[in-house]
Amino acid sequence: MLEKLLGLPISASEHAARVDRLILFVHILMVVLFVGWILFFFYTLIRFRKAKNPVADYTGVKTHASSYLEATVAIVEVLLLVGLSIPFWAWKVSAFPTDPNTVHIRVIAQQFAWNIHYPGPDGIFGRTDIKLVDEQTNPIGLDRKGDPHAKDDIVTLNQLHLPVNRPAVIEITTKDVIHSFFLPVMRVKQDAIPGMLIPIHFVPNKTSDQLREDEAITVTLPTSKSIDSYVAMEDYKAKDGSVLVKKGRSIGAETAAKLVENGVTQVRIGPRYAAEIACAQLCGLGHYRMKGYLTIDTEEQFKAWMQDQEDQLGD
Amino acid sequence: MIEATYNGVHHEEHQGELSFVRKYVFSTDHKVIGIQYGLTALVLLFFGFCLMMLMRWQLAFPGQPLPIGFLSKWLGDARMPGGIMAPEFYNQLGAMHGTIMIFLGVVPLAVGAFGNYLVPLQVGAQDMAFPKLNMSSYWVYFIGGVIMLCSFFVPGGSAQSGWTSYPPLADVTPQSHSLFTGQSMWLTGMVFLITSSLLGSVNTITTIVQLRAKGLTWMRLPFFVWAQLVTGFLLLLAFPPLEAAGVMQLMDRLAGTSLFLPSGLVVGGKALNVSGGGSALLWQHLFWFLAHPEVYVLILPAMGIVAEVIANNTRKPLWGYKSLVYSVIFLGFMSFIVWAHHMFLTGMGTSINAFFQTTTMIISVPSIVILTALILSLWGGSIRFNVPMLFALAFLPMFGIGGLTGLPLGLASADIHLHDTYYVIGHFHYVVAPGTLFALFAGIYYWFPKVTGRQLNDALGKIHFWGSLICMNGIFLPMFIQGMAGVSRRLYDGGSSYLHAQNVLVLNKGMSYSAWALAVFQLVFILNFFWSIFAGRKVTSDNPWEATTLEWATPTPPPHGNFLKVSEVFRGPYEYSVPGAKRDFLPQNEPPEA
Amino acid sequence: MSAAIEIPYNSTERPDTGLYNAKLGVWLFLSSEVMLFGALFSTYVLLRTGSETWEHGAQFLNVPLATINTLVLIISSVTMVMSWASLKMGSLGKFRLYLGLTILCGAIFLVIKGFEYAHKFEVGLYPSTSTFMALYFTMTGLHGLHVIGGMIVNSYLWGPGSRMWQTDPQRFTNRIEVAGLYWHFVDLVWIFLFPTLYLLPGK
Ligand code: HEA
Ligand code: HEA
Ligand code: CUA
Ligand SMILES: [Cu+2]
Repeated sequence: MLEKLLGLPISASEHAARVDRLILFVHILMVVLFVGWILFFFYTLIRFRKAKNPVADYTGVKTHASSYLEATVAIVEVLLLVGLSIPFWAWKVSAFPTDPNTVHIRVIAQQFAWNIHYPGPDGIFGRTDIKLVDEQTNPIGLDRKGDPHAKDDIVTLNQLHLPVNRPAVIEITTKDVIHSFFLPVMRVKQDAIPGMLIPIHFVPNKTSDQLREDEAITVTLPTSKSIDSYVAMEDYKAKDGSVLVKKGRSIGAETAAKLVENGVTQVRIGPRYAAEIACAQLCGLGHYRMKGYLTIDTEEQFKAWMQDQEDQLGD
Repeated sequence: MIEATYNGVHHEEHQGELSFVRKYVFSTDHKVIGIQYGLTALVLLFFGFCLMMLMRWQLAFPGQPLPIGFLSKWLGDARMPGGIMAPEFYNQLGAMHGTIMIFLGVVPLAVGAFGNYLVPLQVGAQDMAFPKLNMSSYWVYFIGGVIMLCSFFVPGGSAQSGWTSYPPLADVTPQSHSLFTGQSMWLTGMVFLITSSLLGSVNTITTIVQLRAKGLTWMRLPFFVWAQLVTGFLLLLAFPPLEAAGVMQLMDRLAGTSLFLPSGLVVGGKALNVSGGGSALLWQHLFWFLAHPEVYVLILPAMGIVAEVIANNTRKPLWGYKSLVYSVIFLGFMSFIVWAHHMFLTGMGTSINAFFQTTTMIISVPSIVILTALILSLWGGSIRFNVPMLFALAFLPMFGIGGLTGLPLGLASADIHLHDTYYVIGHFHYVVAPGTLFALFAGIYYWFPKVTGRQLNDALGKIHFWGSLICMNGIFLPMFIQGMAGVSRRLYDGGSSYLHAQNVLVLNKGMSYSAWALAVFQLVFILNFFWSIFAGRKVTSDNPWEATTLEWATPTPPPHGNFLKVSEVFRGPYEYSVPGAKRDFLPQNEPPEA
Repeated sequence: MSAAIEIPYNSTERPDTGLYNAKLGVWLFLSSEVMLFGALFSTYVLLRTGSETWEHGAQFLNVPLATINTLVLIISSVTMVMSWASLKMGSLGKFRLYLGLTILCGAIFLVIKGFEYAHKFEVGLYPSTSTFMALYFTMTGLHGLHVIGGMIVNSYLWGPGSRMWQTDPQRFTNRIEVAGLYWHFVDLVWIFLFPTLYLLPGK
């Protein structure tokens, strides 16, 4: 609800509410101050316009009420700082999860993609070496031959999968220039800086399916809106009962036409990727398209996905 | 000795000996230099705006060809292939818009033009302390500007790594050891611009400290002069670290060093062939150590102008003059220890982070004190709503929005979400565009009669004001909504490929239309400006606004040497509506009645 | 431009500030120079603490030559003061002598520095060789530019600029004092550069 009020993205992590609350409180302070000032401002302008008040008063305001106001603002700022902002930061940079269930991941940014590095079943990241980098086959220079820990490591391009309700620790770095790893729905953002490996942590608390449900929209067919990146939220059937689109499938132009033929004009669709990785720091000409996808799986989905990835390693 | 000087002035006028070049081009007269600064800066300001109008097309209609055919043709296929903006070109425009607006537009206008023209007048001096230095600072600025502009035409185009030029991106874009690449020329240009500002600030500070007229004690200085004094110190002390950083980035680019390049970089699939061992964050520290004070350089002179205009048009003294002065000094000091609030997300620990959050919250207090004092100054006034006053009044709430939106950015935990989104863009444009630019407009309308002897047209001025006010808000208010939604800045397609941006994408169109409409209202101003220089209503008095400060005690326009007789000051700067006085203003230089 | 405008306190001190203009001006300028070199020294500290190894300058920089250079600069500071003192005592001739020596010292410094640079290039040490070398060349290079700047100003004051001695001896003496302040600063920077780059042990 907070997020709706402020126009923030949907939130899907445990700590998001803390960030949102701080943003809300400081905006309340801002709005109160601004409205107060602006009312006083207009009242003053009207009351003391030349036509109304031809002779100015040398002294003007005599009270020192404004000092109290200024002090109050300062106190509220201190409260926000000491009560919310600093403690949250302390949590963010030092309260790393000790839960053995924690998922450990590395993100290695590069112009203009996100390499996601999972340590695999052994839980240990394999050695990497820039000499081994090959943009096509081995973008992070993983030493699969030399280091036994590297054998089972999984590296994906732009696909970050996380299990829901399990803490995630992500170490962030980059191969080339500075990027910024931004997960809007998680309220997570961290610059990726060459030469530094910066860890962040959070707990996703909604699956992609739930998010998709939250972000679903209903469109009327035929539509001029580009719906390529959306999928159907339920099965849509033809008059004869055969399924035209299955839940989770995208609706192409052809299917859309068929649906209309069959009298289905209202369809509920949701984004295929309910959450994205955005790059928030200018990193060159492809900065705008440096987009990755975040999928929050249930435990089973996550296991299955991992297995899938491991299987692909095999061949 | 001073006596002799004034005779000297007369002498010179008799002879009329100065050639055109010495008088108008290589002049050492602070007023001529101020005008040179002013015109150059206005032209460049408008140019910076044009770059942005071009970008706003791409933001509103990503990937669609520009409807102005000849412009696309002129820009060429490298920049606008098939009339569609290339991403590289978008980045160039963005970096150069920021650079031009700040370093070639607003600073030269606020400090170079207003500071140069007014400070000596307001302190009752005949010129700056070092007139030749003053002239060279303009020309060094000019050369810096020419270098910046030429950089558009070198192969690969101008700088394209943002006005912040973060390495490694800026070190490797483009990868070339030539001086004639956009980024290297940007750095060279910056070295010139910084040098120019340094020369200027030495001059301003010395002038204020040394050349104050008799009786002009510190607490009798107009607030504008105080603002310029503090600005001078900011320029003096904050700029050199960026100069050092600029030289070091040049070393990286030209001599192949890796001061800002850590070991082990792979760029474009190839290991970078450098020694490594540098630090990417080092640049950010040096840059923001300059650039935070820099933003106060953009705002303090504006506050100074607004204070002058408000005092004059409320016909009463500023409320809390002393608190204004102390706040502005405090602001100056504090601005040196908040820089890392631009770097919250670079991996800071709790204590450093807490330090910079706290200083950032502290620095908001003097701004609030200043703005409160200015608003309270209105109370009890007899307010005249002329054009300069309208701009000055609008400055208050506009700066208010900009300043207040600085607070969530200053709270690091809120900045996690807002950093590098359009929220930041909205924040600072409110302070620099309807904030600083409006104050500068106020100043132009207010002092135009002193400089030219003619008034700017009032009706056109009002059109300019209302149009600009509405359009500015039309451009910048939606940015907060986009920023909240998480739309990143510096996106070539305005965020159209991102899911979280979909709901706020339409705003891009409205913002762009507002920007183009804003341009139309600026044309009104430009027309007014040039028309009034030649045909505006002539002022009949040297003091048309019935003001109190010393610049109005000069002939119009002020001659070389400024004052006809030695200035002496008898009272504070804003003695308006003094009870029992004959008129509602007592000029600073009017001797008290016996 | 014209002699018509005579800025006050060019040669005399303003009573309430106790300064003449150029003196305040040069102190302000030097404060900004402190920030400039301060930034470079901070860079040195930051990069040094940030890296695992660091060269010991003495191993490949020429300490004896740099020591000579340090002495040369110190001597030049002394002669700079003497040239000012000579003016105070009213002797333009001695002033010429001492200022000439100052300029000469500057030139010797640069020549020696030039030999050092040339030698580095010969043995294949370039700015791009290592972070240490990058800093060495950047810092000494920028310092060298300051020396050149000082020499140009001093030469002007030695030659055409000294005509002012006839028209306004007080102001001319001030100019020498101000030029001297700058020269001492340049000297001082070297006194910091020398141990930092040549003597500090590596790690
Ligand atoms: C003139 C320029 C200017 C000014 C004055 C300010 C003022 C402030 N700025 Fe801003 N800032 C910039 C220019 C400016 N800024 C720029 C250019 C950037 C971006 C650079 C980049 O990344 O490219 C930036 C970015 C920026 C950031 C980094 C954001 C990020 O990248 O994540 C932060 C974070 O703390 C910040 C904070 C503040 C604060 C707390 C103030 C405070 O000083 C504000 C205090 C003021 C108030 C609290 C207002 C009080 C108002 C009233 C009392 C008037 C009300 C009146 C009526 C309603 C009538 N600013
Ligand atoms: C002082 C600083 C300043 C000013 C005034 C402005 C003014 C404006 N800015 Fe800009 N802007 C920046 C500094 C500034 N900007 C910076 C630093 C950035 C970040 C760059 C980066 O990412 O690196 C930025 C980025 C930026 C962006 C984001 C781009 C992106 O992230 O991709 C946008 C988008 O709309 C924008 C728009 C505008 C608009 C519409 C104006 C308008 O308000 C312009 C209004 C202009 C005028 C009103 C002209 C006035 C002049 C005249 C009328 C001439 C008169 C002439 C004579 C009389 C001779 N600016
Ligand atoms: Cu990567 Cu922007
Ligand atoms: Cu700042």
